[in-house]
Amino acid sequence: MATSKVEGSSSLRHAFGGVLSVFILLLIGVVAFSIRLFSVIKYESVIHEFDPYFNYRVTQFLSKNGIYDFWNWFDDRTWYPLGRVIGGTVYPGLTLTAGTMWKLANSLNIPLSVETVCVFTAPIFSAFAAWATYLLTKEVKGPGAGITAAAILAMVPSYISRSVAGSYDNEAVAIFALIFTFYLYIKTLNTGSLFYATLNSFAYFYMVCSWGGYTFIINLIPMHVLLCIVTGRYSSRLYIAYAPLVVLGTLLAALVPVVGFNAVMTSEHFGSFLVFIIIHVVALVYYIKGILTPRLFKVATTLVLTVGIAVCAVVVAILVALVASSPTKGWSGRSLSLLDPTYASKYIPIIASVSEHQPPTWPSYFMDINVLAFLVPAGIVACFLPLSDASSFAVLYLVTSVYFSGVMVRLMLVLAPAACIMSGIALSEAFGVLTRSMKFHITKYFECSHTEAPAKLGESTSTESSAPLENMTKSDTTEKPEVARKEKVARRKQKKEKELTENAHVKPVSAKKEKRPLVLPLEASIVSVFLLIVLGGLYVLHCVWAAAEAYSAPSIVLTSHSHDGLHVFDDFREAYAWLRHNTEVDDKVASWWDYGYQTTAMANRTVIVDNNTWNNTHIATVGTAMSSPEKAAWEIFNSLDVKYVLVVFGGLVGYPSDDINKFLWMVRIGGGVFPHIKEADYLKDGQYRVDAQATHTMLNCLMYKLSYYRFVETDGKGFDRVRRYEIGKKHFKLTHFEEVFTTHHWMVRIYKLKPQKNRIRGKSRKSKLGSKSTSSKSGGMTHKNPWN
Amino acid sequence: MDRRLQFAFVLLCLGLLSSTARSDLVVSKAERLVDLNSHIVRVLSKLKVENEGPDDVSEVLLALPDAQAKNLAAIRTFYSDGKLGFVLPTEPIEPKGMPSDVTYYSIALPKKLGKGKTVSLDVLSIFTRSLKPFPEEITQAESQLVVYTDNMYYTSPYPVKYQSLVFRLPGRVESYTKYPKVELVKSELRYGPFEMQPAFSYSPVVVHFENNNPFAVANELVREIEISHWGNVRVTEQYTISHGGASLKNGFSRIEYQARPYMRGASSFRVLIAKLPARAHSVYYRDEIGNISTSHLWDDSQRTQLEIEPRFPIFGGWKTTFTIGYSLPLHDFLFEADGGKRVLNMTFGCPLDEVLVEKHIVKVVLPEGSKDITVATLFPTKQSEDVKYSHLDILGRPVVVLEKDNVVPEHNLYFQVYYKFNNISLLSEPMMLIVGIFLLFVACIVYMHTDLAISKTSSSYLEKLQWEEVQATVQHIKNIFDQYLAAHDKLESSLRDLSRSGDVQSCKAARKAADAQFKELAKELKPLLTFLQSCSQASSILPKIEELVTKEKEMQEKEMAKHTTVVDCFEKKLGGKDIESRIASQQQKLTSLKQEVESLLDSISEI
Repeated sequence: MATSKVEGSSSLRHAFGGVLSVFILLLIGVVAFSIRLFSVIKYESVIHEFDPYFNYRVTQFLSKNGIYDFWNWFDDRTWYPLGRVIGGTVYPGLTLTAGTMWKLANSLNIPLSVETVCVFTAPIFSAFAAWATYLLTKEVKGPGAGITAAAILAMVPSYISRSVAGSYDNEAVAIFALIFTFYLYIKTLNTGSLFYATLNSFAYFYMVCSWGGYTFIINLIPMHVLLCIVTGRYSSRLYIAYAPLVVLGTLLAALVPVVGFNAVMTSEHFGSFLVFIIIHVVALVYYIKGILTPRLFKVATTLVLTVGIAVCAVVVAILVALVASSPTKGWSGRSLSLLDPTYASKYIPIIASVSEHQPPTWPSYFMDINVLAFLVPAGIVACFLPLSDASSFAVLYLVTSVYFSGVMVRLMLVLAPAACIMSGIALSEAFGVLTRSMKFHITKYFECSHTEAPAKLGESTSTESSAPLENMTKSDTTEKPEVARKEKVARRKQKKEKELTENAHVKPVSAKKEKRPLVLPLEASIVSVFLLIVLGGLYVLHCVWAAAEAYSAPSIVLTSHSHDGLHVFDDFREAYAWLRHNTEVDDKVASWWDYGYQTTAMANRTVIVDNNTWNNTHIATVGTAMSSPEKAAWEIFNSLDVKYVLVVFGGLVGYPSDDINKFLWMVRIGGGVFPHIKEADYLKDGQYRVDAQATHTMLNCLMYKLSYYRFVETDGKGFDRVRRYEIGKKHFKLTHFEEVFTTHHWMVRIYKLKPQKNRIRGKSRKSKLGSKSTSSKSGGMTHKNPWN
Repeated sequence: MDRRLQFAFVLLCLGLLSSTARSDLVVSKAERLVDLNSHIVRVLSKLKVENEGPDDVSEVLLALPDAQAKNLAAIRTFYSDGKLGFVLPTEPIEPKGMPSDVTYYSIALPKKLGKGKTVSLDVLSIFTRSLKPFPEEITQAESQLVVYTDNMYYTSPYPVKYQSLVFRLPGRVESYTKYPKVELVKSELRYGPFEMQPAFSYSPVVVHFENNNPFAVANELVREIEISHWGNVRVTEQYTISHGGASLKNGFSRIEYQARPYMRGASSFRVLIAKLPARAHSVYYRDEIGNISTSHLWDDSQRTQLEIEPRFPIFGGWKTTFTIGYSLPLHDFLFEADGGKRVLNMTFGCPLDEVLVEKHIVKVVLPEGSKDITVATLFPTKQSEDVKYSHLDILGRPVVVLEKDNVVPEHNLYFQVYYKFNNISLLSEPMMLIVGIFLLFVACIVYMHTDLAISKTSSSYLEKLQWEEVQATVQHIKNIFDQYLAAHDKLESSLRDLSRSGDVQSCKAARKAADAQFKELAKELKPLLTFLQSCSQASSILPKIEELVTKEKEMQEKEMAKHTTVVDCFEKKLGGKDIESRIASQQQKLTSLKQEVESLLDSISEI
């Protein structure tokens, strides 16, 4: 029946399928790009949040001064008076990428500003990431799963949250680099081609340039290699996939200034070297096994084992001693807090104070990966059905990233691609099974009707209805044999796999033969397909909602809907613009470190501390100043040559993430270095409050005073809309600071240090006063003011 | 306000007076109105000049003390003869034998002034930075007080018979120079009238008054006008605005400003109003850190009004920068001129109300390929040329740069840029894009169709070639099997025909034809199979194909058997049920075989 049709369509099918999938991928790229533009449409084309401002500033510097000045850039606008060597402490991947894009556009005389390029870098790379996901999943489970996974990744909320237009952060390009590195690894593993292995180390190099998360790759791949070796899946392809990556990748990684010798010195990279040694030993064993007779081999094994174990024991002992001699065991703080989730809160308050370093809650899983959470287990099962090297990698990736995401909220981002790949596999397999059984039932139905019904009628109906069927089942039919083919190709090249592919080769035939028991009832499969489509629809709806509502706010502009329409709170930029235009170029501005990057980028003023929290003592100094009484704070700030102090205050309009709410961290971090600041002094019965019951220390510290200065005059009571009570101390005067600017909604308040008073009193009186004021504080004189 | 120096100057003037009377002109009446409402001071002098000498006079001299002349932004003389009024050219000159501390301007009269005739002239002179804040620093709560100094008498190289002086003030007057003939009526301060004053008479007058009107000064304004012949004029204006009045001391307190903004913070300004041309669209207002959300736009057929609010209120000494941009329809501003030229007719000045621009730069970006550029302005400007590259330019766009200092709203006059432009050049950029993309595709096609292998003898290359051959063969084999299937279908259909019509002969003929076809196909298949067998690359497909061949053979046999059975039965005139029972087992086998063959074909086609 319908032979001519089938003949035509089957010869065209391959070409048509190729064109169709290219088209679908193109559309997926468009979706990935455009779903991230809500922030530009709803707000404006502007850089978001904190870190992106720093990256933007670096990119501006790069585009203005060129690459060589960039490597040598010593930034004196930040960490005053220490400064920061930007070229040596920044991951340059993102900056160089955007800088190159800008340069390319400009050399073609396309007038794009650096800001525009920076804003749209993240959406562009999301499209790339979707395509990389397609490639990776295609290697794991065939093109059908690839396309599904790419479509899912294009709009996964977790990734959107880090890559909306304007979110110009390392993660924007790093996720693409991560997926692409994995793809090349799997590709090398599947083909055993040295070409891909070399590309893989370059992709790894790009990842190292882009993000500190590269350690995830350099630990995950060795883990997978080890897994393969342990499960007896060692092959020369595995060796080619791994050994060049370690050698070339490490060499290349050491070229990045921020990594440098860390690539061989720190414990994060240690695992990869260990596995490197192991894989060589295994390779040697396999080689020897090949040239020796079994009996001789046994003798050799016992000989080598006794010697080898002895040598290994010595080496391991030395290594352990070396590693143990360093206080952090050679691990950086952030990595340690990954291994031991309680580490940060115990020892490094500065890491613990960042909200994105907190462990996530269950709702945030649902928010960020939504229905994928339910599809992932099915994907794992699908990966195990025929477990290959590639699918075992996917499973391993998922399992490790689930763990990491459970430790830190920001690592949800690493989980997202894994979840997408798994869900893509699950969905595609499910659709495969369901449509296959539908096809089977329908063809059976037509065959029956064919013999019974008058021939002519039956023929016409069957030709008509089988054509759409062909289309419907295309994803299934194109994908299934593809897997089989791949395995065959591999076999052709590798004799090792022979028996495995023999199974695979037998399988499709036998599967066809015993298709009947695998087939689901027609009604059930139709309903299931329908339900899966509904599930996918819900996911899309959720993603669009998340992109539009939850993740598009640039955080420097806030909006609220009130009865008389949209209200815009643009206070941050108001304050930064004021600082930029109405203070001296060399004035130093002190604020809590959150606002450091923004101040340098938007106000172009020197700051004391910023979001690159590399010097705990310096941050503690500012924290101490903020928690000290006015006079002591003035002394600290004056010794730091600070002219202006900036505080963020949300009490008037109810902006919750203001400095008063962050204040306890300032106390903790300050107290960690300068012990005279004690957290207990700021808490009343273990509770943090600024109302009438607050402690004396709290009500007299600088942060309280700068936040609430003349606040009572707004409504006569001093009602704080964030904390929802009246403040404790309402009327007070500032003695050492004066208010110079407050924004429209009071969200940012800027104070100036009053100039030093003329010395009018006698010297003895002054010194007496001085000693009195210092003795009122507890000891730790050396630590009181580090800049004296 | 160096009074002593001015006195010295007056003495000098008086000393020189007698020797300087060059002509016999006399100012019979001089009425001066000094408008001190904004920070730009406008002095309107209504003059009646009489020629008392014997000779005809063709020019009238105006004199300004140097101290004032250095703040002069514009001077214009209006002349009216009955019905028509027009502007007379007023040029600075340096006449000989005149006091040197004075700057002179000469007005060229439209017709010579005969003996005893009088002429009426209205001279408008505009001064900037003439209001000095006093005190120079004020707190937020205070109002801004300014001092204005002028000559009580009209400074003129001619004797003045009758004159008066009126100051129009915006508010409260703190103090003013006392004089017998002075009166303060509401917001007007009147001096005079004075009669029969000699040339260069001088007596200082000082007014100290409250002026809280915005002292908005644009330190620099870069106005870029970009013409696109696709129908758009894009204007981008970059402002650096500051407050030119008394500077703020003791910081800014938001609570006081919010409680009573007009009392506390009276000297500041919050809003600026830009009057844009009608049909302006795509208006934006931003600064280097993003969009500024506080602006309003009113639109009507006459003009577009944009009310912008800087990020923060501007107090004395404060500064801010921002950019305004808008687009205008081209046909409102670009016209055809003589000689095949085009002319752009745009206003020169800044669209903001009452803003003094200290350094005004207008850049007119003409389309790529414009030639013969000339500029016509009503006042002198510094002109230069530049090139700008944007939007895929190769040669760059010619830019005309006009620079002028001290621009006041009165400079908001039209200026013209003439240039030649060929419409064909419009297409150059789209063509470039088309060609570029075309070349890209060509490159792709070439890449796909060329053999880029370096070594033609390497094993991998040969393998690849062989593999392609194998693929082609497999495709061929597939086609053959498709034909087999078609033949089977034909046989089936002949059977169905038989059941309907009972025509045994045609059915037999069909079988014969099919048989012949099968044989032919088998012949065709043979060399292909032997080729595949010889090929090492085909080893993976070969078993499948072999299986296919055997399955198909089997199927052929079954089909033939079935066919003969059915035909035999028909010949024996057996009943339909009988036939069916006979062929039932064969039928079942056949369908399963057919399915297998089809699935095998499918799997082969994927290779």
